[in-house]
Amino acid sequence: MSKTSTEVAASAGTLPAAQAAMAASVLQPAAEGQPEVPMLQFITPQGTLNAGEQPLPDVPLPDPETQLWLYRQMRRIRHFDERAWVLYRQGKMGVFPPYGGMEASQAGTAAALTTQDWLFPTYRDTGAALTYGLPIAQTVAYWRSSPHGWYMPEDLKITPFYIPIATQYPQAVGAALAERKRGTRNVAMAFIGDGGSSEGDFHEGLNFAGALNAPCVFILQNNGWAISVPTAAQTRARDLSRRAEGYGVPGLRVDGNDILAVYAVTKAAVERARGGEGPTLIETVTFRIKPHTVADDPTRYRTDEMTAGWDTKDPVLRLREYLLAQGTLTEEGEAAMLDEISAEFEEAVAAADALPDPTPAEIVDHVFAQPTPQLRAQRAEIMEEDSA
Amino acid sequence: MTAVGDKKQTLAAAPQRDASKPITMVAAINEALDMALTRDPDVYIFGEDVGVMGGVFRATDGLQARHGVERVFDTPLAEAGIMGLGIGMGLAGLKPVAEMQFAGFLYPALDQIMSHLGRYRHRTRSRFTLPVVVRAPYGGGVHTPEQHADSPEAVIAHVPGVKVVIPSNPQDAKGLLLAAIADPDPVFFFESIKMYRSLKAEVDPGYYTVPIGQARIHRAGDDLTIICYGGMVEVCDRAAEAAAGAGISAEIIDLRTISPLDTATVLESVRKTGRAVIVTEAPRTAGFHSEVAAVIAEEAIDSLLAPVVRVTGFDAPYPPFTAIEDSYRPTPTRVAKAIRRVMEY
Repeated sequence: MSKTSTEVAASAGTLPAAQAAMAASVLQPAAEGQPEVPMLQFITPQGTLNAGEQPLPDVPLPDPETQLWLYRQMRRIRHFDERAWVLYRQGKMGVFPPYGGMEASQAGTAAALTTQDWLFPTYRDTGAALTYGLPIAQTVAYWRSSPHGWYMPEDLKITPFYIPIATQYPQAVGAALAERKRGTRNVAMAFIGDGGSSEGDFHEGLNFAGALNAPCVFILQNNGWAISVPTAAQTRARDLSRRAEGYGVPGLRVDGNDILAVYAVTKAAVERARGGEGPTLIETVTFRIKPHTVADDPTRYRTDEMTAGWDTKDPVLRLREYLLAQGTLTEEGEAAMLDEISAEFEEAVAAADALPDPTPAEIVDHVFAQPTPQLRAQRAEIMEEDSA
Repeated sequence: MTAVGDKKQTLAAAPQRDASKPITMVAAINEALDMALTRDPDVYIFGEDVGVMGGVFRATDGLQARHGVERVFDTPLAEAGIMGLGIGMGLAGLKPVAEMQFAGFLYPALDQIMSHLGRYRHRTRSRFTLPVVVRAPYGGGVHTPEQHADSPEAVIAHVPGVKVVIPSNPQDAKGLLLAAIADPDPVFFFESIKMYRSLKAEVDPGYYTVPIGQARIHRAGDDLTIICYGGMVEVCDRAAEAAAGAGISAEIIDLRTISPLDTATVLESVRKTGRAVIVTEAPRTAGFHSEVAAVIAEEAIDSLLAPVVRVTGFDAPYPPFTAIEDSYRPTPTRVAKAIRRVMEY
């Protein structure tokens, strides 16, 4: 099998010396006196079972059937990510923040939920949203900046992608708290990145969740980069999972490119929340091998040296090696799987293509349940302009 | 933790009140909150010190004792967190009533308000709606410490998708707050600190609502229209009373809701009188008074006999200095001066 574009996405380029020195700080080792929490890892980057001692001995390796299912989830969202690039270049997609290389972190977490649970994704988390169940056609429409992408499905409890950073954290606490007050066992999961963990709302959300014992699972995807700023320049902290300690909330750390570990840890945190035992923060240690968005040029801020190595940690190839070696996956089975995934995607894009263009009057729709006199007048104004 | 069983007991303990006995605005607000908690199990009240303490102004006094700590609860001290919590609870279909301890303390929550509170219905095409009420004491006149007397209503009125209600008296406060809680969309409810206890009025002890988006003719008149809301209604009333002594008949419109603005009531009055004075205690530049002036200029210029005049606070932070604080907030004297200006033009 040839390499996918994700695996060869590391950027080429040279930086001015000062920028390179600053950016190289991402490669610095952990600061002295700041012990890192050990990461759970079941599958090594070489695709073998990690025989070492695990930091969370109670978290079990998923069974083979689940492993294969998780592999499919990763393949499915990788397909979307790669096709989104192509569509963008063809002018059939808006500016899209890719997540290629982070599929284990996104599919492994969202797969631990049911659609009775809440998902609060950020703009980076299209993969998590698709895994949770957001329809592909709608997702395409969203990233085409069509209002058809805004009609969130009534039967899902997924919010739109969060653009302002970290605001979803206290909101997830509210949704989770509402579930608890209603006596359900449903939980809320919210995503954030390493950069987002600098925002006040991240900290307020964690503290509220702890203080109110809200059934939340907070996913902190540490992908090393907040647009152009490496984590080492973002914060002096070297282990973001430990941020939870300050709020009396457990903070766990997992190899974010090992979906079996990500899924198992998340599942445990979800069960813990369902059981009324409170929130958990999970840091998935991964890497943004791709640019910030399809319109971003990472050669302005990072070198090949800084991305080197992450292509070999690819979450899809890693599990593939393991599953093939175990006999859980066959080449033929994989080919059929990829055909199905491709067909599903093409059908959804065709459905998205068929969606009608919006009319200007839709700008002022859905502001209030009943339009105000002002909005009614403004709608008439737009329609008059539109028909002129 | 209070279980469902406790609720029945607490409902039985709800206080009875003599309807003919006047009550303060803060008592009317407390009564509305109590009633909303009793009528609708989805109503939750939370904020800083709203629980055992009953709020710094006692607006939630006794509510936790009557309705339990599940329904009325203290949060950590973080306004963005409080607003985010309310949005999340609203997403899940509850009816959160959040308290910002002072309007001047709501600024950390502006990201939540501007990015999400007013936007959720729009960006989910009504899949998710936010029946959220945010209460915030605002304004000066009672010698609070620094930063406790801000009037940021124009900031919130500028946010699409959020309604802004500001009562001026106990009867309206109760009915408007019950309407806000029943409203399917976010409502900001600013409560004049000065008016909390400065007047008492008879208030219907039953459940009733005052429609959001409808102004009230507080005082009928023919010569000029004074447009105001919240803590300024009482001030304008005194100015109008003095003007009446000089033979000038002032009509006072208490807006009650500033967003959406009841333009019909404002314009009808201004077309009748030909003169408009707009009074708020917020800073002058880009205040809500300016929006009212713009609407009058756009829609009723042919009726105007004089320039539209604003009487407002100044373009400086509200001063906490006891000796001179009263020079910031509009007084009946300053309103009277504006009345003379439009009458003598």
